[in-house]
Amino acid sequence: MALLTATNVRHCFGGLCALADFNLNLETGELMGVIGPNGAGKTTLFNLITGVYRASEGSIQFKGTELVGKTPHQITALRIGRTFQNIRLFRDLSVLDNVRIAHYAQADYSPLEALLQIGRYRREEQRIIENSRRLLAIFHLEALAGETAKNLPYGLQRRLEIARALAIGPELLLLDEPAAGMNPNEIDLLMEFILWIRKEFNLTILLIEHQMKLVMGICERMKVLDFGETIAEGPPEVIQNHPKVLEAYLGEGPVG
Amino acid sequence: MKSALHNGREWLAAQRWLLPVLLLAGFGLAFAIPEYNLLNKYVQLVVMYVGINIILAVSLNLVNGYMGEFSLAHAGFMAVGAYTAALLTMKVLPVVAYPALFPVAILAGGLVAALFGLIVAVPSFKTRGDYLALITLAFLMIVKSLIENIDYIGGPRGIPGIRRMTTLPWVFFWVVVTVWVVRNFVYSKYGRGVLSIREDEIASDLMSVNTRRVKFLAFTVSSFFAGIAGGLFAHLLQFISPRVFDIIKTTDILIMVYLGGIASIGGSILGAATYTVLLELLRPSTVAALLSWLPAIVFEPLNEHVIKHLGVWRMVIMPLALVLVMIFWPRGIMGLREFRWFIPKRDLEAHHRIAAREEKHGAPHGH
Repeated sequence: MALLTATNVRHCFGGLCALADFNLNLETGELMGVIGPNGAGKTTLFNLITGVYRASEGSIQFKGTELVGKTPHQITALRIGRTFQNIRLFRDLSVLDNVRIAHYAQADYSPLEALLQIGRYRREEQRIIENSRRLLAIFHLEALAGETAKNLPYGLQRRLEIARALAIGPELLLLDEPAAGMNPNEIDLLMEFILWIRKEFNLTILLIEHQMKLVMGICERMKVLDFGETIAEGPPEVIQNHPKVLEAYLGEGPVG
Repeated sequence: MKSALHNGREWLAAQRWLLPVLLLAGFGLAFAIPEYNLLNKYVQLVVMYVGINIILAVSLNLVNGYMGEFSLAHAGFMAVGAYTAALLTMKVLPVVAYPALFPVAILAGGLVAALFGLIVAVPSFKTRGDYLALITLAFLMIVKSLIENIDYIGGPRGIPGIRRMTTLPWVFFWVVVTVWVVRNFVYSKYGRGVLSIREDEIASDLMSVNTRRVKFLAFTVSSFFAGIAGGLFAHLLQFISPRVFDIIKTTDILIMVYLGGIASIGGSILGAATYTVLLELLRPSTVAALLSWLPAIVFEPLNEHVIKHLGVWRMVIMPLALVLVMIFWPRGIMGLREFRWFIPKRDLEAHHRIAAREEKHGAPHGH
């Protein structure tokens, strides 16, 4: 069954369309990559799925629920987690609080219960702490629970961002350029890591990437965008030699 | 030396049982002081102002500190609470026969102020920073001119002759309630939501935080306690007028919050206490009394040319203090830090417990 579908999605800023006639059919459990040069509309796609932007036209459905018109927190609560191209942690808060905040939608108590510390409040808070610490332990961040997020080295910040996205309890994870700023060695480790979390957390993953090595190495299917248009789609072997892809990345023959 | 101080602080932080003991002792004192005149009347009055200012500073810190907005409306909410409570005790509730109705009036003041807080929360959905600050300033001015133009509630002349019903135990009670409720708010998912909005509102929304709901709550709780403080203030000063709740009053509360430090309940308590006492010390009569030991030849000219004019200079010194604190001491006394007694044990342990058991299987180690 398709987990996420996009039908004829178009999004324009003024006269400029960042994404046009976009179609997507993401199966449960799949790991799909979206690549394309800078400004191809990749991050716009993520912002449309998660409700940061509202699509000008078209429909995006997650397990049959229409996402267009919903707010980001409503969409996230449907269990869609995401990370950001330029890390967006809550920098001045602790590592633990970064992960705890992502439990907002799951924490089942009312404002009155919180203000008076009655009812489900204590039990739920305890549960959130346990779950957050479990996630931190899995990602080898438990000893840093009290540390301020901005003090973490870059690699650990990326890791924490993924832990925070998983605290949503996602079925679909959107990774926005997870390999940004990494060297080839680190990319190898990251590939292993992404495959591991997919298995461990039963995820369907949609991945935006710049680094061909990463996408080619782990994605089952890819989509190539250029200036908002889908120019190719298929398994890595096909994409690798697709003339339009080579053209988009390397330019068109000798300048005439 | 430094480490001894540090150890002492650590030891004190661990003695959490002291908090309820101190609270009980505080209540006892709050009853005993006026009963047996343990402090002179003037000092008692100052203590009550300190308490009311703590309520104001702690509640404003929720919006200006934890949420990182810059609201100037606090004196407006305070006015709403003061007028509501005063009108109730003077014209509606038979408080002379039933003094027990006094807390009902105070509570009503808080609730009406909270309603106004809901109204101010709405523009905060779309607007941030400077623009929201301007909107809250507009709200403050609207409240003031509304009061000035309603003759039934005294117009610009205000309401004189309010019964003095605010007592030390009541002030103490409301301070405790404010600190407890705000603290509960801050350490719940809503409080963490407020903090995440300050850090990065879009990321907050994308981590499932219902930012509108959280803003609604923060403004409501904040304005509720401003209203409570207003009611207590009216029944202590016994006279309110629109001029009492102008931008100067808001500035006073802002100074207390930023002097104490943002996102810190303990900081707001210290900020309010420090500032209130400093302000009292700047009163001409207090300064004159404090310096009266000087020989007359020095004291007389000093008194004539400086001390007597301090009342005017206050309006210069205090805003200047706000500017200086924000530039040179942006964190204030304890910005972003907290008395450990106020932090739920659960939170302390979760942050500091060292991994007792290493997970059997973790993610592959990178980097």
